[in-house]
Amino acid sequence: MINLFTSISPLGFLLEPLTHEFMRRALMVSALVGGVCGLLSCYMTLKGWALMGDAVSHAVMPGVVIAYALGLPFSLGAFVFGVGSVALIGFVKQKSRVKEDTVIGLVFTGFFALGLVLVSKIKSNIDLMHILFGSPLGISNLDLQQTLIISFIVIAILLIFRRDLMLYCFDPTHARSIGINTGILHYLLLSVLSLAAVAGLQTVGIILVVAMLITPGATAYLLTDRFDRMNYLAVLSSSISSILGVYISYWFDIETGGSIVLVQTLIFLLAFLFAPRYGILKFTNSSSP
Amino acid sequence: MTESFTSKAESNFLRIEAEEICVDYNGNLALYDASLKLKAASICGLVGMNGAGKTTLFKALMGFIRPSRGKIRINGLTVPKAQIEQAVAYVPQNEGLDCSFPVSVWDVVMMGRYGSMNFLRIPRESDRRAVWHALERVELTDYVNRPIGALSGGQRKRAFLARAIAQRASVLLLDEPFAGVDVRTEKLMADLFLQFRQDGRTILISTHDLGHVREFCDLVVLINKTVLAYGQTSEVFTSENLSRTFGGMHPDPISGAASLE
Repeated sequence: MINLFTSISPLGFLLEPLTHEFMRRALMVSALVGGVCGLLSCYMTLKGWALMGDAVSHAVMPGVVIAYALGLPFSLGAFVFGVGSVALIGFVKQKSRVKEDTVIGLVFTGFFALGLVLVSKIKSNIDLMHILFGSPLGISNLDLQQTLIISFIVIAILLIFRRDLMLYCFDPTHARSIGINTGILHYLLLSVLSLAAVAGLQTVGIILVVAMLITPGATAYLLTDRFDRMNYLAVLSSSISSILGVYISYWFDIETGGSIVLVQTLIFLLAFLFAPRYGILKFTNSSSP
Repeated sequence: MTESFTSKAESNFLRIEAEEICVDYNGNLALYDASLKLKAASICGLVGMNGAGKTTLFKALMGFIRPSRGKIRINGLTVPKAQIEQAVAYVPQNEGLDCSFPVSVWDVVMMGRYGSMNFLRIPRESDRRAVWHALERVELTDYVNRPIGALSGGQRKRAFLARAIAQRASVLLLDEPFAGVDVRTEKLMADLFLQFRQDGRTILISTHDLGHVREFCDLVVLINKTVLAYGQTSEVFTSENLSRTFGGMHPDPISGAASLE
């Protein structure tokens, strides 16, 4: 790959990787997972759940390991531990005087450590590096199927309940007063978060999954004042980041998860600097309200 | 669209009925033996110190907490049924919400219709008409497409009142509506309250400011862990009642500032 830019035309740059089955799959899965996490990231950023996203994504680790060991779908194990960690956070917070952010940090690192210990004991089929850093280029058929199913479920829930979830994030008091069950919405959002974390784990791994769950939302938030537009922009920027990240990872032989998240961060940086209204280098007339 | 609830207003219809309700949070009594009857078409001030139970009473009326004793009826219905009927609207304090949330004024007022829509919350033509009508009544039609965060405090307040109108709620619970509002908005809101009363709505306004109660409310409820007194402002605002409400810290009825008895 020394003469990369001289030997291959721009079109070849895009098309050559597509001749490989594993690249077609990697691109498809990454774009899909990117879109799913991007959509969810709108709710995470608006609800102020970045830390919660970090916690749940790390806490699913022992669930994934146990599921693999027992031959169950890893999404099931992840889901149980994701929701379990949240329940535990709520319980410890209620029963002790320790502050919430401390409890969150405490619980998720505990779960994560348990996952690490389990991996080292149950060696068999589990590749620690795959869980920690993701491996969209080497995704297995079974993992692919599960990721597709999870993505479908998450998208369906987020589309069906988008108005209710938006209202829940914006004004939970009003939601309750008109008879919407906000307790159910709370746990629905947490369940979706656990599922999305498992999907994201496939492409960028546990450590970086939280980036998928907040960065696209944060980027979109800088670009618009409309919730629907924020959804589109987050999905778009997240999917594009994933596709670009996979390409870059292929051509420059770098770690895929890192490359995807780095592209996301760069897009955020561009929005941070150049967003029409909320960028720090405003080019439009700032006197308009 | 018919906006008025007058048929019920004319017949001394009771909008809010609370009978000896008690609320406790894990053994801490927040409200005991609180009884209250409010008729349709009234504007009522809810006055008490911080921690006197104003928020608790609101929460009980909205169905967020179940009283451990006593019963509440809204429009003659139990609280859950009243919720389904979209009978109660809560108008929040400005500080209570994230005003950088990416929604427009139109979106916010449309939220008042959610309870009447199907579960996908897809607005029908009638919902859009109700939202537009509500915006007309609070004079915010020029601002429909503005983000909620771009409004002034007073305009935001009116947007949330429009949401309550769009909801077609007959009971309005207002949390400190006059806090941080300029005189012009205050006047506009007072006019709106009078219109609401004419519609047959019942408005319960929680406030610290006795001056506002005298100016805008027909009735007043004094609370301090229980309902101490309620009725016509002139009858209830006795110095004895006020000193019980404020626990000896008798506020000046005009400025609202506390002064020692």
